[in-house]
Amino acid sequence: MSASSDSAGGTEGRGLINWIDQRFPLTSLWKEHLAEYYAPKNFNFWYFFGSLALLVLVNQIVTGIFLTMNYKPSAAEAFASIQYIMNDVEWGWLIRYMHTTGASAFFIVVYLHMFRGLMYGSARKPRELIWIFGCLIFLLLMAEAFMGYVLPWGNMSFWGAQVITSLFGSLPVVGSTLVEWIRGDYVIADATLNRFFALHVAALPLALVFLVIAHVMALHEVGSNNPDGIEIKKLKGKDGHPLDGIPFHPYYTVKDMVGVAGFLLLFCGVIFFEPTFGGLFLESANYTPANPLQTPPDITPVWYFTPFYAMLRAVPSFAGTQVWGVLVMGSAVVILFFVPWLDRSPAKSIRYKGPIYKIALALFVVAFVTLGVCGMHPPAGIYPLLARVGTAIYFAFFLLMPWYTKIDRVKPVPERVTGHA
Amino acid sequence: MLKRILLIAAILLPGAAALAQEVPLLHADTNINDLQSLQRGARDFMNYCSGCHSLRYIRYERMATDLHIPLPLLKKNLMYTSSKPLDHIVSAMPGDDAVTWFGNQPPDLTLMARYMGVDYIYSFLKGFYADHTRLWGVNNLYKPNVAMPFVLASLQGVQKPVYKSETDPSGHASMTLVGVEPGTQGSMTPEEYDRFVRDLANFLDYTAEPIKAKRESMGVFVTLFLLVFFVFAYLLKKEYWKDVH
Repeated sequence: MSASSDSAGGTEGRGLINWIDQRFPLTSLWKEHLAEYYAPKNFNFWYFFGSLALLVLVNQIVTGIFLTMNYKPSAAEAFASIQYIMNDVEWGWLIRYMHTTGASAFFIVVYLHMFRGLMYGSARKPRELIWIFGCLIFLLLMAEAFMGYVLPWGNMSFWGAQVITSLFGSLPVVGSTLVEWIRGDYVIADATLNRFFALHVAALPLALVFLVIAHVMALHEVGSNNPDGIEIKKLKGKDGHPLDGIPFHPYYTVKDMVGVAGFLLLFCGVIFFEPTFGGLFLESANYTPANPLQTPPDITPVWYFTPFYAMLRAVPSFAGTQVWGVLVMGSAVVILFFVPWLDRSPAKSIRYKGPIYKIALALFVVAFVTLGVCGMHPPAGIYPLLARVGTAIYFAFFLLMPWYTKIDRVKPVPERVTGHA
Repeated sequence: MLKRILLIAAILLPGAAALAQEVPLLHADTNINDLQSLQRGARDFMNYCSGCHSLRYIRYERMATDLHIPLPLLKKNLMYTSSKPLDHIVSAMPGDDAVTWFGNQPPDLTLMARYMGVDYIYSFLKGFYADHTRLWGVNNLYKPNVAMPFVLASLQGVQKPVYKSETDPSGHASMTLVGVEPGTQGSMTPEEYDRFVRDLANFLDYTAEPIKAKRESMGVFVTLFLLVFFVFAYLLKKEYWKDVH
């Protein structure tokens, strides 16, 4: 309706747009989400990672579709079909490297995106649902990445899947039945590969796309947070638009293009010069076909899972069961959902929070990285101790948050945002 | 406990000694852009390795094209089976017989450089030494109790193991395998054999990722394009943001 009044005096070129607008809210969608979506003008470097995550999602979907055209989801043919893609399919190597590098890039941008949220209080009221959708996306992303890792059917694919699925076996009563149900066999086998393929290429991407849409819709409903943690909608100009807001398009579309260019420089640098990234993105142990009779010397997950894997191993078995480690690892993800209600500080942004929160967040980052390093090494020497300390800090950051954010000294929060990048 | 078992094993079986201590790998120093080295490596692989080892993920023709080997030359000098140029490079040795003969099926080597690394291949081929407790009379410094006979013995000769005696604080004496030294004379000088092994390692680095050289050279242009794109994107952003205060 607003579209028709807007384009009443429009030129002839609007004819088609009008025709569509009477049947589909094209112009109003465009305005609501881009041209008239007012975003705070003070977004900094950390605000690139949302749009970059979207870029990587599209990259994964598009390259994934092309990989699916040549990949064979069977235990007998999967490994060879990957080599077929690498050596025989035109540009197959590039498509595969874009997909494998994209998987790691996804976690890099998502981890930075989540860190941004912790820094500037993006989870706080009224953005709780945005955060919860985001946590669900993270959870599904982990499942998606895990199942994707099994598909090449290398030896690490096989043994990694064996270890991760067996975790469910530690659950009391239902454990062994559950593992069998997940695997579709007594061990990781052809049936497992087939269902993981179905979940990886259809079910999970579909759910991910829906959640991403929900994430963005919720964001555009309440409006974006910003590095000052101020609600820009509180102060509006005569035109009804926030004084500190600028339309997403063209301002942030052109700005995000700079972010995309910078990201692609790094992304393509990895793809073309170091696609294995020193064995972190593509592990050498996975370059031999799955062999149920030959366990790799160290079974380690890909880097993005190592912090959680370290927490799993940090907890000793107790009362005759290993289930405690599994529960701790699960809680490490679940606890993220509660962040909006754990932070009791009057200020949202770290800029106006006190020294305690700054130290807590810094410790949290150090602990998370340390856990990641621990997860890459066999649990010997200093690593088990480091992993336990890291786990304790990880959970203390969240569990003590209601207390330390309350007693922390807070600086006065300004009315208007401070500057722009 | 494990250490003690290994120490006992080290004393009883010279062959198991290397288990107790990992010998650092030698540095292969290969160059994927050295076409002549790759061609020699292909020739040597076909002559000395392809009887038992396959390269089943790469085709003869692809290899010939990438390494600038003319098709007639390929067919005449590098193809010893009934395969056609578009076939994968598969050894003629039947798998079941291999298990009977060696206890193991010789591993496919297409991806060995990605699985174990170029340095490993180079070190492995220089790591054979005489060990009369083993079926084929040889063992390997880098892969203890290897099932493979030393097929390059006529080129390198057979090296001798070097042990170091150690006595730990509790008084147990042990022998640790620390290296190898020249033994019998082969048909090649050490320098010739070095180059021979380096060429093979280089060739297997190629088969593990045939696109590697091309990908790196393409990457330069991709990077240059993105740098230019970055500059223009930045200037565009600056232009648009002029009026934001």
